[in-house]
This record gives sequence, structure tokens and C-alpha cells, in this order.
Amino acid sequence: MNRASFFVPLAAFVVIVIIGFAGFQLGDKSVLPSPLIGKPFPAFEAPLLENASDVRDENDLKGRPLLVNVWATWCPTCKAEHEMLMKIRATSSLEIVGVNYKDQRNQALAWLARYGNPYSFNLFDADGQIGIELGVYGAPETFLLNEQGEIVYKRVGDVNERIWAEEIQPRLKEMRGGGV
Amino acid sequence: MIIELGHFAMVLTLGLAVLTALFGISAGRGPFAAGLRSVPSLVVGQLVFTALAFATLAHAFLEDDFSVRYVAENSNTLLPEIYKFTAVWGGHEGSFLLWALIMTVWMCAVTLRGGHLPERFRAQVLGVMGLMNVGFVAFLLFTSNPFERLVPFTPSDGSDLNPLLQDFGMIIHPPMLYVGYVGFSVAFAFAIAALLSGRLDAAWARWSRPWTNAAWGFLTLGIALGSWWAYYELGWGGWWFWDPVENASFMPWLIGTALVHSLAATEKRGVFKSWTLLLAIAAFSLSLLGGFIVRSGVLTSVHAFAVDPERGAFILIFLMIVVGGSLLLYAVRAWQLAGRATFEPSSRDFFLLINNVLFTVALVVVLAGTLAPIVYEAITGGKISVGKPYFDMIFVPLMLLLAAALAVSPPLNWKRTGFARIRARLGIATASAVVISLAAFLFIESEVPWQSLAALALAIWVVAGHVQDLVLRVRGSRLPGLAYWGMFAAHLGFAVSLTGVALTVALTEERDLVMSPGQVVEHGGWQVTFEGMSSVRGPNYIAERGTFRVAQNGANLMLTPEKRRYSSGGSIMTEAAIDPGLFRDLYISLGDPLDGESRAVRLHFKPFVRWIWFGALLMTLGGFVAVLDRRYRRVKSPAVQAVPEPAS
Repeated sequence: MNRASFFVPLAAFVVIVIIGFAGFQLGDKSVLPSPLIGKPFPAFEAPLLENASDVRDENDLKGRPLLVNVWATWCPTCKAEHEMLMKIRATSSLEIVGVNYKDQRNQALAWLARYGNPYSFNLFDADGQIGIELGVYGAPETFLLNEQGEIVYKRVGDVNERIWAEEIQPRLKEMRGGGV
Repeated sequence: MIIELGHFAMVLTLGLAVLTALFGISAGRGPFAAGLRSVPSLVVGQLVFTALAFATLAHAFLEDDFSVRYVAENSNTLLPEIYKFTAVWGGHEGSFLLWALIMTVWMCAVTLRGGHLPERFRAQVLGVMGLMNVGFVAFLLFTSNPFERLVPFTPSDGSDLNPLLQDFGMIIHPPMLYVGYVGFSVAFAFAIAALLSGRLDAAWARWSRPWTNAAWGFLTLGIALGSWWAYYELGWGGWWFWDPVENASFMPWLIGTALVHSLAATEKRGVFKSWTLLLAIAAFSLSLLGGFIVRSGVLTSVHAFAVDPERGAFILIFLMIVVGGSLLLYAVRAWQLAGRATFEPSSRDFFLLINNVLFTVALVVVLAGTLAPIVYEAITGGKISVGKPYFDMIFVPLMLLLAAALAVSPPLNWKRTGFARIRARLGIATASAVVISLAAFLFIESEVPWQSLAALALAIWVVAGHVQDLVLRVRGSRLPGLAYWGMFAAHLGFAVSLTGVALTVALTEERDLVMSPGQVVEHGGWQVTFEGMSSVRGPNYIAERGTFRVAQNGANLMLTPEKRRYSSGGSIMTEAAIDPGLFRDLYISLGDPLDGESRAVRLHFKPFVRWIWFGALLMTLGGFVAVLDRRYRRVKSPAVQAVPEPAS
């Protein structure tokens, strides 16, 4: 073996450390740009979580602004986020559509029965097909759609008070204020 | 006064650790040459003083001395006596004291059991371990001191031990993990000593193996206990969650397993030398990461660093020195140790290489899945879970490949194996594995995913192949040594765990439902009757207890799951009720009360779930049995006594 190759582990470690430090330096500000912003929600066909024989497509997401929330029972952050979604449901007229991502139907239904259901309906995405179309990294992720069914905003990670107040509500106001 | 004695003992330990590192690493050369002879006594001194410090803290707990901050935070007058003792390692500070204590025990073990090692080499090993202990004890004293007093504002009662930790499984789970983590420091120290002295031969590998096996055995046991605990205590009925805290213990295990195997190849054939060193460094580095990071809370959120910047900075700097330093040493020195042996794909060498590749890939997968959310949070401030689908997608094929490689391995020779030998020594096993698997598939009525069927068939093949090999060996010349029996048990354990996982995943029936008193449901062939709720008073909690009558074919039993509310702090714990069995568990846990008398109830019927832990116990046993092999206790030969001067 080449002598230099014995430096590879050290080099790899140094790179990891540098990335780590750079990451911590960047702080809380940057947002992942999504190529989907401004584009229509991708075409799909998926059954409802609540009723497997009822198949929906992207046209069911048009006609009113709404949040599309990707969630799963295996996702602890989703559980933390759930309360916020319930609150949005209770305090605003914004509709929330769930995408139940790589999950099991009975577990997902039990979850909704147990923690409450903030969604108008849930698309059942067992094999993650919609997730691929949407470029989902993991759960939870949330998309804000306008009346034309175009993606206006994407949030990777939980929707919390701050995201709701600073990112989603202003955009929503703008959409509605636009007088459409 | 007594607690100050403990504090003082740890300061003394720190001093002794510094001297051990100094005298040990210089190994009789340079300005500290004279210290070589004192290394064993310095090690014993560290053990004595750390044990004394541990005893003073335990005393403070048993005496309810709430003027000690750590006691006030982790105990309570109502806490049962046994938990007062185990609370010593219930929090961050105390668990590091235990960590340091275990470190000194391992050092003492190397001193006492390492009589056959050349004196200078042993001193270097102890010196490296001493250096690590300097880091541990300094971390304890400067950032996580359990001996601090709360004066003058001494509370009249403590705020109690986290109820999650008031449980048998949790009493022994962390110490076992720590013994495993810290145990890898021995393999690490051997690797560093090999790099320092330029000596890495068959004897070196033979010295390292029992220590590595022992540490690996403890770690296996610790992980299994953690999984078992999560199963019965968390009330979700799961046995592995790919939770960052679990992954933190799983990562050193993966690399440790690779190390156990590559050491075998290094000893017998002189191959993979530098790779073995790298694995030893990685296993201990990941142990440090696991041990430090779980307790410091960084895994739950990077904000833990912000809350306690001192601790976080110490951990990062210590990790960087240990990992960076050893990798630098490796980069400069390891090339001198490269072996020259060759082997063909039909050899045991090659299959050990496959093992190493698969375990390393598995590590990278787990590491990426664990760190990705942390890096993501650090960069964007968002929280995300990669979760189960990611791990399942990659882990299932990896483990199937591993099982297939393991199944073929028993007849393999070093260097090269003829096909005739493989056919002669694996033929019957393969044929019977096919027959048994097909019979088993017919027996399973429900719909089962192909992965589970494949895993089951491979597990049967592994067992059959190993049994045939054993029979041939026993019939042949003489009984195999304990190292062989250890390997046999560990591999059998892997097959047993694999079977458990495959069947539990495929056949579990779980239901969440609402039951009102008197209601009867059918579940997994059992008739479950909810008789009603009652209240029970424990020593430091009040519980609501559900009574369930479970009947099948005349068999009749009572299961009583509880929801406990602990009096201090008011935290609520779910105690699942489990009827355990070799072939199935029946598991009931209580959810929240709903309208009127009815409750949310979770019913699980989990076939073969015990096999997962039973297999892990077999692996542990295998690790320990292998340690006892006579080969490792051979008296030193004069030829290996001198440590050669390091080549430049």
C-alpha cells in the first residue's frame, strides 16, 4: 500500500471536524432552497389513509390555500409538531392535508384517534412515492400551497410557533390580500 | 465532611493518572525512565481512590445528604433503598464517576492479568489508558463534579430519581454498556502501544483478543438489556427504535464486532494489520462519542451545547485530541506494519474481509443516520427524523448478506479452500437447511414478507452449517478449544437473534383499541377481557391498575398493566403487563382514560420476540467463553520479551 494512503483516515476526520465547525458557525439562518418553490405540486395519485378505495390526485389540492404536511408515526418530531398543527386547525381557517409517509395504515389511524386529527384528509403514501416527487428528506416536512396548487413555501422540520407566525401567516395574508 | 473526602480522592486520582501516563508511555526511556517500575502501583492507587470516591457518594445517597447538589437532584427520602444506591449513576455526574471507576478496574485487570506481557509494552498500554483516565477524571472534576455542595441553601428533600431509571433493567444497563465502552480502551491502548513501539505480530494480536472479546461481550449484554428495558418499560412494545441514544451504543458494537473478527485474521495470518489498528482506534473513539454524547444530551438537541458550553467544549476538544492524535500516529507509523500474506476468495481470510466490509458499511449507515439530524439542526435550526424507513431499507439487505456469508464460512480454511472440502463439510447442512426452511414456510400461515422468509432460511442455514462443522470436529481428532466454542455460541446467537427479528417483525399482531370494563376482544387467538380499573399505592407512586383476564384453550391468566404517577415531580410512567413465553409474548399497556370508564388499550401479540435478546445473550456468552481459551494464558516465551526500538 502507498504510504500516503495511511493519511486517509486522518484526512477524513479533519474534513468531518471542519464541516462540523462550519455547520455550527452558520447558525440558525440559512434555509434550504427548494427547486419546487413556485412550481405546481407534482402530479400524483394516492389512496386516502382513511379509505383505501378513495383515490385522490393533485387537483384535490387546488382551489384554496392549504398546508400539506408530511408525517409518520415513526417520527418523534412529528409527534412534537402535532400539537401545533392541532392549534392551527383550531385557530385558523387554513386547511391541512396530511401525507402519511412510509407508514402503516393501522398505526397511523390509531395515532390520529389518539392524538387528534388536524387534517381534512390524509394521503396514504406507503411506498414514499409522493415523498420522492416532493424531494422529501425525512419527516416532518410541510408545504404551503396557493389556490392554483403551486408550492409557495417549504419547511423541512417541524412547524412551530415561530414558523407559523413568521413564515406561513405572512405568506397566507399576502395570498388572501391579493384579492383572488 | 465525607463527601469532601471523595472529592479529594478524585483529585489524587487525577495526579496518579498523570504520573501513570507519563511513566507508562515513556516506558523506561527518557527523563522519566525511573518511573517504569511504579506503573502497577500507580494503577492500583487510581482504583483505590476512585473506589473511595464512589463509596463516599453512595454514602451521601444512602444518608439522604441533600446538601450535596447531585444527591438533591437525583434522590428523595421516599426513594426505596436499592434505588438510592443505583441513583449514584442515575445522573450525568455520577455516571461519569462510575465510568472512571470502571476505567481503573480495567487498568487493574491489565496489570494483574498482563503478567505475560513484556514489561515495557504493558507499561505503554497502561500509560495510554492512564492518559485517557486523565481526560475522564479532569472532565469529572472540572465540568461534572458530583461532589459539589448546595450550601447554605440545602433543600429539605431531593427532587427524586427519574422514574424511568427506577427499574431493574435500568440499574444494570448503563454499567454494562460502560464496561463495554471503557473495555475498548484496552484494545485501543494495545493499538497505540503497537504504533509507538513498532511492534505488531501474531503475539500482539493474541494479547489483544481476549480483552477485545470481553469488552465486546459486555457491550452486547448492555445493548440487549437496553432493548429489553425499552420493550417493557416504554409501553410501545417495540424492541429497537433507531433512536440516537440506541445508535450511539450500537456504533461501537458494529465496529467492535468487525475488530473481533479482523483480530482473528491478524493473529492467524498476519493480514489486515493496519486495518485492525484502525478498527481498534475507531471502536474506542465511537465508545467515547457514545458515552460522552448520550449523557451530555447533545443527541437530543445541539442546544445542549449552548446550555452547557463548558461541558460541550471539553467533550469536543478531548475527542479531537484522542481521535486526531491517534489517527496522526497511525498515519505516520502504520505503513511499517503492513503484512504481505495473500489469499483467495475461497478462504476464511476473504470471508473475514466480507464481514469487516459489511460491518463497516453498517457503521457508516448508522453514523450518517444519527448525525444527519444533528448537522441539519445545526445548519438550519430545524428538527428532522430520518427514522426507521431509512435504517430498515439499508440494514435488512446488509444483515441478509452477512448471514449468507456466515452460513458459508464454517468449512473454510485460511488462504484457500477447495470446493470439494466445502461440499463435503457443508453439503448435508445445506440440504437439511433447505428442507427445514421449506417445512417452516408451509407452517407459517399468515402472509410474511420475503425479507423475513429469507432471514429465517439463512438463520437455519447458519445453524445447520455450524452444527455440521461441530460434529465433524468432535468426531475428528480432538475436542475444539474454548475459543471455538465461543465462536460457535456467538454465531448461534446471531442466528437466534435473526430468527427473532424476522418472525417478530412479520407475525406481530398489534391493536390499539378502546375498551370499557367487561368488554371482551379476540386477539392473536386469545380472549382478552377487561375487568376494570383499580388504584394501587406504591412506595413513591400511585398507580391506576387495569385488570385483564386472558384466556386460551382453558389456560387462564391475569395481566395488570399500570399507569404510575410518581409523587415527586408528578411524572407518569407506563408499566406494561407482559406474559412472556419462549414462542410468543402477550403484551398489554394502558393508554389514557377516555369518556366514562373506558380506556385506550394497546394489545400486542409478539411471536419469538424473546429470541432477539436470547440470541444476544448467546453472543455475550460466546465472547466470554472465548476469553477463557488456554491459548490466551500461555506463559510468555523469552523471544517476545524485548520491545524493539521504534523504527524511525
